[in-house]
Amino acid sequence: MISKEEVKHIAKLARLGLTEKETEKFQKELSPILDYVEKLKKADISKAEAISHPFKIENVVREDKVGKDKTDSRKLIELAPEIKEGYVKVKSILK
Amino acid sequence: MKLLELTINQIHQGLKKKEFSALELCKEYLNAIRDKDKKILSFLKINEDRSLSQAEEIDKSIAKGEEINRLAGVPCAIKDNILVKDIECTAGSKILEKYIAPYDATVVKKLKEQKAVMLGKTNLDEFAMGSSTENSAFGPTHNPHDLSRVPGGSSGGSAAAVAANISCYSLGSDTGGSIRLPASFCGVVGLKPTYGAVSRYGLIAFASSLDQIGPFAKTVEDCKIVFDAIKGKDEMDSTSVDLISHPRMPFSDKDLNKKFQISNLKIGVPKEYFVKGIDLEVEKIIKGAIKKYEEAGAKIEEVSLPNTEYALPAYYIISPSEASANLARYDGIKYGYSERQNKDLLDIYLESRGKGFGPEVRRRIMLGTYALSSGYYEAYYLRAQKVRSLIKNDFEKVFKKVDVLMAPVSPFLPFKIGEKIEDPLSMYLVDIYTVSINLAGLPALSLPVGKVGDLPVGLQIIGKPFEEDIILETGNFFEKKYGN
Repeated sequence: MISKEEVKHIAKLARLGLTEKETEKFQKELSPILDYVEKLKKADISKAEAISHPFKIENVVREDKVGKDKTDSRKLIELAPEIKEGYVKVKSILK
Repeated sequence: MKLLELTINQIHQGLKKKEFSALELCKEYLNAIRDKDKKILSFLKINEDRSLSQAEEIDKSIAKGEEINRLAGVPCAIKDNILVKDIECTAGSKILEKYIAPYDATVVKKLKEQKAVMLGKTNLDEFAMGSSTENSAFGPTHNPHDLSRVPGGSSGGSAAAVAANISCYSLGSDTGGSIRLPASFCGVVGLKPTYGAVSRYGLIAFASSLDQIGPFAKTVEDCKIVFDAIKGKDEMDSTSVDLISHPRMPFSDKDLNKKFQISNLKIGVPKEYFVKGIDLEVEKIIKGAIKKYEEAGAKIEEVSLPNTEYALPAYYIISPSEASANLARYDGIKYGYSERQNKDLLDIYLESRGKGFGPEVRRRIMLGTYALSSGYYEAYYLRAQKVRSLIKNDFEKVFKKVDVLMAPVSPFLPFKIGEKIEDPLSMYLVDIYTVSINLAGLPALSLPVGKVGDLPVGLQIIGKPFEEDIILETGNFFEKKYGN
Protein backbone atom coordinates (compact mmCIF):
# COMPACT_ATOMS: atom_id res chain seq x y z
CA MET A 1 0.00 0.00 0.00
CA ILE A 2 1.18 3.48 -0.90
CA SER A 3 2.05 5.53 2.17
CA LYS A 4 0.47 8.79 3.22
CA GLU A 5 3.83 10.50 2.85
CA GLU A 6 4.12 9.25 -0.72
CA VAL A 7 0.67 10.58 -1.56
CA LYS A 8 1.68 13.97 -0.18
CA HIS A 9 4.93 13.92 -2.13
CA ILE A 10 3.17 13.05 -5.41
CA ALA A 11 0.51 15.72 -4.81
CA LYS A 12 3.25 18.26 -4.31
CA LEU A 13 4.97 17.22 -7.55
CA ALA A 14 1.62 17.41 -9.34
CA ARG A 15 0.82 20.81 -7.76
CA LEU A 16 -2.47 19.54 -6.38
CA GLY A 17 -3.61 21.00 -3.09
CA LEU A 18 -5.09 18.17 -1.00
CA THR A 19 -6.79 18.29 2.37
CA GLU A 20 -5.88 15.71 4.99
CA LYS A 21 -9.12 13.84 4.24
CA GLU A 22 -8.41 13.83 0.49
CA THR A 23 -4.90 12.53 1.13
CA GLU A 24 -6.35 9.56 2.99
CA LYS A 25 -8.91 8.99 0.25
CA PHE A 26 -6.22 8.95 -2.45
CA GLN A 27 -4.15 6.54 -0.39
CA LYS A 28 -7.11 4.13 -0.33
CA GLU A 29 -8.02 4.62 -4.00
CA LEU A 30 -4.58 4.58 -5.59
CA SER A 31 -3.40 1.39 -3.90
CA PRO A 32 -5.72 -1.09 -5.68
CA ILE A 33 -5.02 0.62 -9.03
CA LEU A 34 -1.27 0.37 -8.46
CA ASP A 35 -1.70 -3.28 -7.46
CA TYR A 36 -3.64 -3.86 -10.68
CA VAL A 37 -0.96 -2.34 -12.93
CA GLU A 38 1.61 -4.58 -11.22
CA LYS A 39 0.31 -7.18 -13.69
CA LEU A 40 2.70 -5.67 -16.20
CA LYS A 41 5.60 -7.26 -14.31
CA LYS A 42 4.53 -10.62 -15.75
CA ALA A 43 4.94 -9.47 -19.36
CA ASP A 44 8.10 -10.58 -21.12
CA ILE A 45 9.59 -7.30 -22.30
CA SER A 46 13.14 -8.58 -22.73
CA LYS A 47 13.02 -8.12 -26.50
CA ALA A 48 10.43 -5.34 -26.67
CA GLU A 49 11.16 -1.88 -27.93
CA ALA A 50 9.66 1.07 -26.01
CA ILE A 51 7.30 3.08 -28.20
CA SER A 52 5.74 6.45 -27.47
CA HIS A 53 3.34 6.48 -30.43
CA PRO A 54 1.58 3.79 -32.45
CA PHE A 55 3.34 4.87 -35.63
CA LYS A 56 6.67 6.40 -36.40
CA ILE A 57 6.54 10.11 -35.65
CA GLU A 58 8.77 12.53 -37.50
CA ASN A 59 9.69 16.05 -36.60
CA VAL A 60 8.00 18.64 -38.77
CA VAL A 61 9.76 21.96 -39.15
CA ARG A 62 8.74 25.28 -40.65
CA GLU A 63 10.13 28.77 -40.92
CA ASP A 64 9.80 30.69 -37.64
CA LYS A 65 7.58 33.52 -38.87
CA VAL A 66 5.10 35.67 -36.96
CA GLY A 67 1.50 34.90 -37.89
CA LYS A 68 -0.67 37.47 -39.63
CA ASP A 69 -3.55 37.62 -37.20
CA LYS A 70 -2.87 39.93 -34.26
CA THR A 71 -6.37 39.73 -32.77
CA ASP A 72 -5.89 36.09 -31.81
CA SER A 73 -2.97 36.82 -29.49
CA ARG A 74 -5.01 39.53 -27.77
CA LYS A 75 -7.86 37.06 -27.32
CA LEU A 76 -5.48 34.58 -25.74
CA ILE A 77 -4.13 37.14 -23.27
CA GLU A 78 -7.63 38.20 -22.33
CA LEU A 79 -8.39 34.68 -21.14
CA ALA A 80 -5.96 35.13 -18.24
CA PRO A 81 -7.50 35.75 -14.81
CA GLU A 82 -5.33 38.84 -14.29
CA ILE A 83 -3.72 40.99 -16.97
CA LYS A 84 -1.83 44.26 -16.97
CA GLU A 85 -0.98 46.31 -20.07
CA GLY A 86 -1.38 43.34 -22.37
CA TYR A 87 0.64 40.97 -20.19
CA VAL A 88 -0.43 38.07 -17.99
CA LYS A 89 0.01 39.07 -14.36
CA VAL A 90 1.80 36.63 -12.07
CA LYS A 91 2.26 36.94 -8.31
CA SER A 92 5.73 37.93 -7.25
CA ILE A 93 8.08 35.04 -6.60
CA LEU A 94 10.92 36.88 -4.86
CA LYS A 95 10.06 38.44 -1.58
CA MET B 1 -42.20 13.34 -42.85
CA LYS B 2 -40.35 12.70 -39.62
CA LEU B 3 -37.55 15.23 -39.98
CA LEU B 4 -35.66 14.08 -36.91
CA GLU B 5 -35.28 10.55 -38.19
CA LEU B 6 -33.69 11.47 -41.52
CA THR B 7 -30.13 10.48 -42.34
CA ILE B 8 -27.60 12.93 -43.75
CA ASN B 9 -28.32 11.93 -47.35
CA GLN B 10 -32.07 12.07 -46.82
CA ILE B 11 -31.73 15.58 -45.40
CA HIS B 12 -29.51 16.58 -48.29
CA GLN B 13 -32.02 15.31 -50.86
CA GLY B 14 -34.93 16.90 -48.97
CA LEU B 15 -33.21 20.28 -48.89
CA LYS B 16 -32.34 20.12 -52.59
CA LYS B 17 -35.89 19.15 -53.55
CA LYS B 18 -37.21 21.86 -51.22
CA GLU B 19 -39.36 19.39 -49.30
CA PHE B 20 -38.37 21.34 -46.19
CA SER B 21 -36.05 24.23 -45.43
CA ALA B 22 -32.87 24.19 -43.38
CA LEU B 23 -34.55 26.62 -40.99
CA GLU B 24 -37.56 24.34 -40.46
CA LEU B 25 -35.22 21.44 -39.84
CA CYS B 26 -33.09 23.42 -37.41
CA LYS B 27 -36.16 24.60 -35.48
CA GLU B 28 -37.47 21.05 -35.31
CA TYR B 29 -34.19 19.94 -33.74
CA LEU B 30 -34.04 22.87 -31.31
CA ASN B 31 -37.59 22.12 -30.19
CA ALA B 32 -36.74 18.47 -29.74
CA ILE B 33 -33.73 19.39 -27.62
CA ARG B 34 -35.87 21.64 -25.43
CA ASP B 35 -38.45 18.91 -25.12
CA LYS B 36 -36.29 15.83 -24.52
CA ASP B 37 -32.94 16.94 -23.22
CA LYS B 38 -34.16 17.92 -19.76
CA LYS B 39 -34.20 14.23 -18.94
CA ILE B 40 -31.16 13.13 -20.96
CA LEU B 41 -28.78 16.06 -20.37
CA SER B 42 -26.73 15.41 -23.48
CA PHE B 43 -26.10 19.09 -24.22
CA LEU B 44 -24.06 21.47 -22.07
CA LYS B 45 -24.67 24.43 -24.36
CA ILE B 46 -27.14 25.12 -27.14
CA ASN B 47 -26.22 27.64 -29.83
CA GLU B 48 -29.74 28.62 -30.79
CA ASP B 49 -29.06 31.95 -32.53
CA ARG B 50 -25.99 30.78 -34.35
CA SER B 51 -27.57 27.59 -35.62
CA LEU B 52 -30.69 29.43 -36.82
CA SER B 53 -28.61 31.96 -38.73
CA GLN B 54 -26.43 29.18 -40.17
CA ALA B 55 -29.62 27.48 -41.37
CA GLU B 56 -31.00 30.69 -42.89
CA GLU B 57 -27.79 31.16 -44.82
CA ILE B 58 -28.18 27.73 -46.40
CA ASP B 59 -31.79 28.44 -47.33
CA LYS B 60 -30.59 31.57 -49.13
CA SER B 61 -28.04 29.53 -51.09
CA ILE B 62 -30.71 27.00 -52.03
CA ALA B 63 -33.12 29.76 -53.07
CA LYS B 64 -30.43 31.16 -55.36
CA GLY B 65 -30.09 27.75 -56.94
CA GLU B 66 -26.54 27.19 -55.66
CA GLU B 67 -25.06 23.74 -55.21
CA ILE B 68 -24.89 22.75 -51.54
CA ASN B 69 -22.55 20.36 -49.79
CA ARG B 70 -23.77 17.08 -48.42
CA LEU B 71 -23.44 18.28 -44.83
CA ALA B 72 -24.89 21.75 -45.51
CA GLY B 73 -27.79 22.44 -43.20
CA VAL B 74 -27.48 19.12 -41.39
CA PRO B 75 -27.72 19.74 -37.63
CA CYS B 76 -24.89 18.31 -35.56
CA ALA B 77 -23.42 18.44 -32.06
CA ILE B 78 -19.81 18.77 -30.93
CA LYS B 79 -18.26 17.20 -27.83
CA ASP B 80 -17.34 19.93 -25.40
CA ASN B 81 -13.62 19.21 -25.53
CA ILE B 82 -13.44 20.35 -29.16
CA LEU B 83 -13.05 24.09 -29.70
CA VAL B 84 -15.69 26.12 -31.53
CA LYS B 85 -14.51 29.71 -31.85
CA ASP B 86 -16.13 32.26 -29.50
CA ILE B 87 -18.15 29.63 -27.65
CA GLU B 88 -17.49 28.22 -24.18
CA CYS B 89 -15.47 25.02 -24.13
CA THR B 90 -15.51 23.44 -20.69
CA ALA B 91 -14.18 19.89 -21.24
CA GLY B 92 -16.78 19.04 -18.59
CA SER B 93 -14.57 20.70 -15.98
CA LYS B 94 -15.03 23.47 -13.48
CA ILE B 95 -11.49 24.59 -14.25
CA LEU B 96 -12.62 25.62 -17.77
CA GLU B 97 -16.16 26.68 -16.88
CA LYS B 98 -15.79 30.19 -18.28
CA TYR B 99 -13.24 29.46 -20.99
CA ILE B 100 -14.17 30.86 -24.41
CA ALA B 101 -12.49 29.10 -27.32
CA PRO B 102 -10.24 31.58 -29.15
CA TYR B 103 -10.14 29.53 -32.38
CA ASP B 104 -11.85 26.68 -34.22
CA ALA B 105 -10.57 23.12 -34.03
CA THR B 106 -9.59 21.88 -37.50
CA VAL B 107 -12.53 19.44 -37.54
CA VAL B 108 -14.90 22.31 -36.69
CA LYS B 109 -13.38 24.51 -39.36
CA LYS B 110 -13.92 21.71 -41.87
CA LEU B 111 -17.55 21.24 -40.85
CA LYS B 112 -18.13 25.00 -41.02
CA GLU B 113 -16.73 25.02 -44.56
CA GLN B 114 -19.33 22.37 -45.36
CA LYS B 115 -21.98 24.69 -43.85
CA ALA B 116 -22.93 22.33 -41.07
CA VAL B 117 -25.42 23.64 -38.52
CA MET B 118 -23.87 23.27 -35.07
CA LEU B 119 -26.65 22.92 -32.51
CA GLY B 120 -24.42 22.92 -29.46
CA LYS B 121 -21.77 21.33 -27.30
CA THR B 122 -22.26 17.96 -25.64
CA ASN B 123 -21.57 16.59 -22.18
CA LEU B 124 -18.56 14.41 -21.36
CA ASP B 125 -16.58 12.99 -18.48
CA GLU B 126 -14.26 15.73 -17.24
CA PHE B 127 -11.35 16.03 -19.70
CA ALA B 128 -12.71 12.87 -21.37
CA MET B 129 -11.62 10.76 -18.41
CA GLY B 130 -14.27 8.17 -17.70
CA SER B 131 -16.56 5.50 -19.11
CA SER B 132 -19.97 6.76 -18.02
CA THR B 133 -20.16 10.59 -18.39
CA GLU B 134 -20.77 10.67 -14.63
CA ASN B 135 -17.47 12.50 -14.16
CA SER B 136 -18.80 15.68 -15.79
CA ALA B 137 -18.65 18.64 -13.40
CA PHE B 138 -22.09 19.59 -14.76
CA GLY B 139 -23.98 16.38 -13.98
CA PRO B 140 -24.33 13.00 -15.69
CA THR B 141 -25.93 12.29 -19.07
CA HIS B 142 -28.67 9.64 -19.07
CA ASN B 143 -28.98 6.79 -21.54
CA PRO B 144 -31.98 7.50 -23.83
CA HIS B 145 -32.85 3.76 -23.88
CA ASP B 146 -33.14 3.66 -20.08
CA LEU B 147 -32.81 6.92 -18.19
CA SER B 148 -31.59 5.19 -15.03
CA ARG B 149 -28.50 3.96 -16.87
CA VAL B 150 -25.29 5.56 -18.13
CA PRO B 151 -24.78 6.35 -21.82
CA GLY B 152 -21.15 5.21 -21.62
CA GLY B 153 -18.29 7.63 -21.81
CA SER B 154 -16.53 9.73 -22.16
CA SER B 155 -18.41 11.03 -25.23
CA GLY B 156 -21.76 10.17 -23.59
CA GLY B 157 -23.49 13.41 -24.57
CA SER B 158 -22.58 13.06 -28.24
CA ALA B 159 -23.82 9.46 -28.38
CA ALA B 160 -27.02 10.12 -26.41
CA ALA B 161 -27.93 13.13 -28.58
CA VAL B 162 -27.79 11.01 -31.75
CA ALA B 163 -29.63 8.11 -30.09
CA ALA B 164 -32.42 10.44 -28.92
CA ASN B 165 -32.71 12.01 -32.42
CA ILE B 166 -31.88 15.45 -31.09
CA SER B 167 -28.79 15.69 -33.29
CA CYS B 168 -28.38 14.11 -36.72
CA TYR B 169 -24.74 13.27 -36.08
CA SER B 170 -22.05 14.36 -33.66
CA LEU B 171 -18.34 14.43 -33.01
CA GLY B 172 -16.62 12.76 -30.09
CA SER B 173 -13.09 11.80 -29.11
CA ASP B 174 -11.67 8.40 -28.25
CA THR B 175 -8.59 7.87 -26.06
CA GLY B 176 -9.37 4.40 -24.67
CA GLY B 177 -12.89 3.72 -25.96
CA SER B 178 -14.64 7.06 -25.52
CA ILE B 179 -16.40 6.90 -28.90
CA ARG B 180 -16.96 3.15 -29.17
CA LEU B 181 -18.30 2.55 -25.67
CA PRO B 182 -21.02 5.24 -25.73
CA ALA B 183 -21.90 4.26 -29.31
CA SER B 184 -22.40 0.69 -28.09
CA PHE B 185 -24.35 1.70 -24.96
CA CYS B 186 -26.60 4.12 -26.89
CA GLY B 187 -27.13 1.94 -29.97
CA VAL B 188 -25.60 4.28 -32.55
CA VAL B 189 -22.69 3.89 -34.97
CA GLY B 190 -19.35 5.28 -33.78
CA LEU B 191 -16.00 5.36 -35.53
CA LYS B 192 -12.63 5.70 -33.84
CA PRO B 193 -10.30 6.49 -36.74
CA THR B 194 -6.66 5.44 -37.11
CA TYR B 195 -4.28 7.56 -35.05
CA GLY B 196 -3.37 10.44 -37.36
CA ALA B 197 -6.36 10.10 -39.70
CA VAL B 198 -8.07 13.15 -38.20
CA SER B 199 -6.36 16.31 -36.97
CA ARG B 200 -6.34 16.80 -33.20
CA TYR B 201 -5.75 20.55 -33.47
CA GLY B 202 -8.28 22.20 -31.18
CA LEU B 203 -9.08 19.04 -29.24
CA ILE B 204 -8.35 19.62 -25.56
CA ALA B 205 -5.52 17.15 -24.98
CA PHE B 206 -5.95 14.19 -22.63
CA ALA B 207 -3.34 11.63 -23.78
CA SER B 208 -1.81 12.86 -27.02
CA SER B 209 -0.45 9.55 -28.31
CA LEU B 210 -3.92 7.95 -27.96
CA ASP B 211 -6.52 10.70 -28.62
CA GLN B 212 -8.50 10.69 -31.88
CA ILE B 213 -11.62 12.60 -32.97
CA GLY B 214 -14.37 10.65 -34.73
CA PRO B 215 -18.07 10.67 -35.63
CA PHE B 216 -21.28 9.28 -34.16
CA ALA B 217 -24.20 8.75 -36.51
CA LYS B 218 -27.43 6.83 -37.07
CA THR B 219 -25.96 4.80 -39.91
CA VAL B 220 -22.62 3.56 -41.18
CA GLU B 221 -23.07 5.64 -44.33
CA ASP B 222 -23.52 8.82 -42.26
CA CYS B 223 -20.43 7.94 -40.25
CA LYS B 224 -18.50 7.58 -43.47
CA ILE B 225 -19.75 10.96 -44.79
CA VAL B 226 -18.68 12.76 -41.61
CA PHE B 227 -15.36 10.92 -41.41
CA ASP B 228 -14.57 11.90 -45.01
CA ALA B 229 -15.37 15.52 -44.19
CA ILE B 230 -13.04 15.74 -41.19
CA LYS B 231 -10.12 13.47 -42.13
CA GLY B 232 -6.76 14.37 -43.64
CA LYS B 233 -3.42 15.99 -43.00
CA ASP B 234 -3.37 19.29 -41.18
CA GLU B 235 -0.30 21.47 -40.78
CA MET B 236 -1.45 22.30 -37.25
CA ASP B 237 -1.13 18.64 -36.15
CA SER B 238 2.21 17.09 -37.02
CA THR B 239 0.90 13.57 -36.33
CA SER B 240 -1.90 13.88 -38.91
CA VAL B 241 -1.51 12.16 -42.27
CA ASP B 242 -3.19 12.19 -45.63
CA LEU B 243 -5.42 9.26 -46.35
CA ILE B 244 -5.55 7.88 -49.80
CA SER B 245 -8.84 6.20 -50.52
CA HIS B 246 -8.10 2.55 -50.27
CA PRO B 247 -7.69 1.30 -53.83
CA ARG B 248 -8.49 -2.31 -53.08
CA MET B 249 -12.01 -1.90 -51.78
CA PRO B 250 -13.31 1.64 -52.18
CA PHE B 251 -16.50 2.51 -50.38
CA SER B 252 -19.27 3.46 -52.71
CA ASP B 253 -22.96 3.63 -52.01
CA LYS B 254 -23.84 2.89 -55.62
CA ASP B 255 -22.04 -0.31 -56.35
CA LEU B 256 -21.88 -1.76 -52.90
CA ASN B 257 -20.95 -5.44 -52.93
CA LYS B 258 -19.44 -5.19 -56.38
CA LYS B 259 -15.87 -4.58 -55.36
CA PHE B 260 -16.31 -5.33 -51.70
CA GLN B 261 -17.61 -8.80 -51.08
CA ILE B 262 -18.29 -10.33 -47.73
CA SER B 263 -17.43 -13.70 -49.26
CA ASN B 264 -13.86 -12.46 -49.77
CA LEU B 265 -13.54 -11.21 -46.22
CA LYS B 266 -11.41 -12.93 -43.61
CA ILE B 267 -12.61 -12.17 -40.10
CA GLY B 268 -10.48 -12.86 -37.05
CA VAL B 269 -12.14 -13.47 -33.70
CA PRO B 270 -9.65 -12.89 -30.87
CA LYS B 271 -10.19 -15.59 -28.26
CA GLU B 272 -8.92 -13.34 -25.44
CA TYR B 273 -12.02 -11.15 -25.94
CA PHE B 274 -14.43 -13.95 -25.05
CA VAL B 275 -13.30 -14.97 -21.61
CA LYS B 276 -14.76 -15.19 -18.13
CA GLY B 277 -16.29 -11.93 -16.98
CA ILE B 278 -18.18 -11.13 -20.16
CA ASP B 279 -21.96 -10.76 -19.84
CA LEU B 280 -23.36 -13.94 -21.41
CA GLU B 281 -26.17 -12.08 -23.19
CA VAL B 282 -23.60 -9.74 -24.75
CA GLU B 283 -21.49 -12.68 -25.83
CA LYS B 284 -24.51 -14.37 -27.43
CA ILE B 285 -25.40 -11.29 -29.48
CA ILE B 286 -21.83 -10.71 -30.63
CA LYS B 287 -21.38 -14.37 -31.62
CA GLY B 288 -24.74 -14.26 -33.39
CA ALA B 289 -23.64 -11.25 -35.44
CA ILE B 290 -20.36 -12.94 -36.39
CA LYS B 291 -22.38 -16.00 -37.45
CA LYS B 292 -24.34 -13.80 -39.88
CA TYR B 293 -21.07 -12.86 -41.56
CA GLU B 294 -20.14 -16.51 -41.75
CA GLU B 295 -23.48 -17.33 -43.36
CA ALA B 296 -22.81 -14.60 -45.93
CA GLY B 297 -19.61 -16.39 -46.90
CA ALA B 298 -16.96 -14.66 -44.81
CA LYS B 299 -14.17 -16.83 -43.52
CA ILE B 300 -14.11 -16.82 -39.73
CA GLU B 301 -10.93 -17.69 -37.94
CA GLU B 302 -10.17 -17.77 -34.23
CA VAL B 303 -7.01 -15.80 -33.57
CA SER B 304 -4.93 -14.98 -30.51
CA LEU B 305 -3.68 -11.64 -29.21
CA PRO B 306 -1.60 -13.09 -26.37
CA ASN B 307 -0.71 -9.78 -24.70
CA THR B 308 -4.33 -8.64 -24.34
CA GLU B 309 -4.28 -9.01 -20.54
CA TYR B 310 -1.55 -6.34 -20.34
CA ALA B 311 -3.41 -3.74 -22.39
CA LEU B 312 -5.51 -2.24 -19.61
CA PRO B 313 -2.67 -1.96 -17.07
CA ALA B 314 -0.39 -0.47 -19.76
CA TYR B 315 -3.14 1.97 -20.69
CA TYR B 316 -3.56 3.02 -17.06
CA ILE B 317 0.13 3.88 -16.92
CA ILE B 318 0.48 5.57 -20.30
CA SER B 319 -2.71 7.63 -20.41
CA PRO B 320 -2.44 9.13 -16.90
CA SER B 321 1.25 9.85 -17.50
CA GLU B 322 0.45 11.81 -20.65
CA ALA B 323 -2.52 13.43 -18.92
CA SER B 324 -0.44 14.58 -15.96
CA ALA B 325 1.87 16.37 -18.40
CA ASN B 326 -0.93 17.75 -20.60
CA LEU B 327 -2.93 19.05 -17.65
CA ALA B 328 0.04 20.86 -16.12
CA ARG B 329 -1.05 23.87 -18.19
CA TYR B 330 -4.06 24.50 -15.95
CA ASP B 331 -2.26 26.53 -13.33
CA GLY B 332 -4.67 29.33 -12.43
CA ILE B 333 -2.40 31.82 -14.20
CA LYS B 334 -2.84 31.56 -17.97
CA TYR B 335 -6.55 30.78 -18.22
CA GLY B 336 -9.34 28.97 -16.43
CA TYR B 337 -10.39 28.80 -12.79
CA SER B 338 -8.11 30.71 -10.45
CA GLU B 339 -7.94 30.92 -6.65
CA ARG B 340 -5.92 34.05 -6.06
CA GLN B 341 -7.13 35.84 -2.92
CA ASN B 342 -4.09 36.88 -0.81
CA LYS B 343 -2.04 33.98 -2.03
CA ASP B 344 1.49 33.45 -3.21
CA LEU B 345 2.26 31.79 -6.54
CA LEU B 346 2.50 28.23 -5.23
CA ASP B 347 -0.84 28.57 -3.43
CA ILE B 348 -2.48 29.70 -6.66
CA TYR B 349 -1.24 26.54 -8.36
CA LEU B 350 -2.20 24.23 -5.50
CA GLU B 351 -5.65 25.65 -4.84
CA SER B 352 -6.71 26.40 -8.42
CA ARG B 353 -5.84 22.84 -9.42
CA GLY B 354 -7.03 21.24 -6.19
CA LYS B 355 -10.45 22.89 -6.45
CA GLY B 356 -10.77 23.21 -10.22
CA PHE B 357 -10.25 19.53 -11.08
CA GLY B 358 -12.78 16.86 -10.12
CA PRO B 359 -11.97 13.56 -8.33
CA GLU B 360 -11.25 11.38 -11.38
CA VAL B 361 -9.01 13.95 -13.06
CA ARG B 362 -7.04 14.42 -9.86
CA ARG B 363 -6.76 10.64 -9.50
CA ARG B 364 -5.30 10.33 -13.00
CA ILE B 365 -2.91 13.23 -12.49
CA MET B 366 -1.72 11.54 -9.28
CA LEU B 367 -1.30 8.17 -11.02
CA GLY B 368 0.58 9.73 -13.93
CA THR B 369 2.80 11.82 -11.71
CA TYR B 370 3.58 8.71 -9.65
CA ALA B 371 4.43 6.62 -12.74
CA LEU B 372 6.73 9.32 -14.09
CA SER B 373 8.37 10.22 -10.81
CA SER B 374 11.99 9.54 -10.03
CA GLY B 375 12.55 5.92 -9.01
CA TYR B 376 9.36 4.64 -10.64
CA TYR B 377 9.82 5.72 -14.25
CA GLU B 378 11.46 2.49 -15.41
CA ALA B 379 9.22 0.18 -13.43
CA TYR B 380 6.05 1.81 -14.72
CA TYR B 381 6.24 4.16 -17.69
CA LEU B 382 9.12 2.59 -19.59
CA ARG B 383 7.75 -0.92 -18.98
CA ALA B 384 4.33 0.16 -20.23
CA GLN B 385 5.86 1.62 -23.38
CA LYS B 386 7.55 -1.70 -24.05
CA VAL B 387 4.33 -3.60 -23.43
CA ARG B 388 2.69 -1.21 -25.88
CA SER B 389 4.93 -2.51 -28.65
CA LEU B 390 4.07 -6.10 -27.70
CA ILE B 391 0.38 -5.28 -28.08
CA LYS B 392 0.97 -3.56 -31.40
CA ASN B 393 2.97 -6.57 -32.64
CA ASP B 394 0.13 -8.92 -31.68
CA PHE B 395 -2.19 -7.02 -34.00
CA GLU B 396 0.37 -6.83 -36.80
CA LYS B 397 0.77 -10.58 -36.66
CA VAL B 398 -2.94 -11.41 -36.86
CA PHE B 399 -3.52 -8.82 -39.58
CA LYS B 400 -1.21 -10.84 -41.81
CA LYS B 401 -3.88 -13.54 -41.74
CA VAL B 402 -7.19 -11.66 -41.53
CA ASP B 403 -8.74 -8.44 -42.91
CA VAL B 404 -10.69 -7.35 -39.84
CA LEU B 405 -11.20 -8.42 -36.25
CA MET B 406 -14.56 -8.73 -34.52
CA ALA B 407 -15.14 -8.50 -30.78
CA PRO B 408 -17.52 -6.95 -28.27
CA VAL B 409 -17.04 -3.26 -27.50
CA SER B 410 -17.51 -3.91 -23.80
CA PRO B 411 -18.09 -7.04 -21.72
CA PHE B 412 -20.98 -5.23 -20.01
CA LEU B 413 -24.40 -3.82 -20.79
CA PRO B 414 -25.07 -0.16 -19.92
CA PHE B 415 -24.91 -0.07 -16.11
CA LYS B 416 -26.91 1.97 -13.61
CA ILE B 417 -25.93 5.54 -12.86
CA GLY B 418 -24.01 5.40 -9.57
CA GLU B 419 -23.22 1.68 -9.87
CA LYS B 420 -19.47 1.95 -10.49
CA ILE B 421 -18.59 5.55 -9.75
CA GLU B 422 -17.32 4.85 -6.22
CA ASP B 423 -14.98 2.10 -7.38
CA PRO B 424 -12.51 3.51 -9.96
CA LEU B 425 -10.99 0.15 -10.87
CA SER B 426 -14.37 -1.42 -11.70
CA MET B 427 -15.05 1.56 -13.99
CA TYR B 428 -11.67 1.08 -15.71
CA LEU B 429 -12.53 -2.56 -16.44
CA VAL B 430 -15.45 -1.45 -18.65
CA ASP B 431 -12.82 -0.44 -21.25
CA ILE B 432 -11.00 -3.76 -21.27
CA TYR B 433 -11.85 -4.47 -24.96
CA THR B 434 -11.25 -0.98 -26.30
CA VAL B 435 -7.93 0.32 -24.94
CA SER B 436 -5.67 -2.05 -26.94
CA ILE B 437 -6.90 -0.45 -30.14
CA ASN B 438 -5.75 3.01 -29.01
CA LEU B 439 -2.38 1.65 -27.87
CA ALA B 440 -1.92 0.16 -31.36
CA GLY B 441 -3.42 3.22 -33.10
CA LEU B 442 -5.93 1.15 -35.11
CA PRO B 443 -9.33 2.18 -36.53
CA ALA B 444 -12.41 0.54 -35.03
CA LEU B 445 -16.14 0.80 -35.54
CA SER B 446 -18.86 0.25 -32.96
CA LEU B 447 -21.94 -1.12 -34.70
CA PRO B 448 -25.29 -1.79 -33.04
CA VAL B 449 -26.07 -5.48 -33.65
CA GLY B 450 -28.73 -6.33 -31.10
CA LYS B 451 -30.38 -5.62 -27.79
CA VAL B 452 -30.84 -7.25 -24.42
CA GLY B 453 -34.26 -5.97 -23.42
CA ASP B 454 -34.02 -2.24 -24.15
CA LEU B 455 -30.26 -2.14 -23.89
CA PRO B 456 -28.19 -2.00 -27.08
CA VAL B 457 -25.09 -4.08 -27.74
CA GLY B 458 -22.29 -2.96 -30.04
CA LEU B 459 -20.02 -5.11 -32.19
CA GLN B 460 -16.48 -3.82 -32.47
CA ILE B 461 -14.98 -4.13 -35.95
CA ILE B 462 -11.25 -3.48 -35.83
CA GLY B 463 -9.24 -2.74 -38.98
CA LYS B 464 -5.69 -2.38 -40.19
CA PRO B 465 -4.18 1.11 -39.97
CA PHE B 466 -5.93 3.52 -42.38
CA GLU B 467 -8.41 0.89 -43.55
CA GLU B 468 -11.45 2.74 -42.25
CA ASP B 469 -13.18 2.09 -45.57
CA ILE B 470 -13.01 -1.65 -45.03
CA ILE B 471 -14.42 -1.67 -41.51
CA LEU B 472 -17.14 0.74 -42.65
CA GLU B 473 -18.03 -1.51 -45.59
CA THR B 474 -18.03 -4.50 -43.28
CA GLY B 475 -20.40 -2.74 -40.90
CA ASN B 476 -22.54 -1.48 -43.76
CA PHE B 477 -23.24 -5.05 -44.85
CA PHE B 478 -24.78 -6.01 -41.52
CA GLU B 479 -26.71 -2.77 -41.17
CA LYS B 480 -28.23 -3.03 -44.65
CA LYS B 481 -29.17 -6.67 -44.24
CA TYR B 482 -30.18 -6.97 -40.59
CA GLY B 483 -30.51 -3.40 -39.28
CA ASN B 484 -33.86 -1.73 -38.89
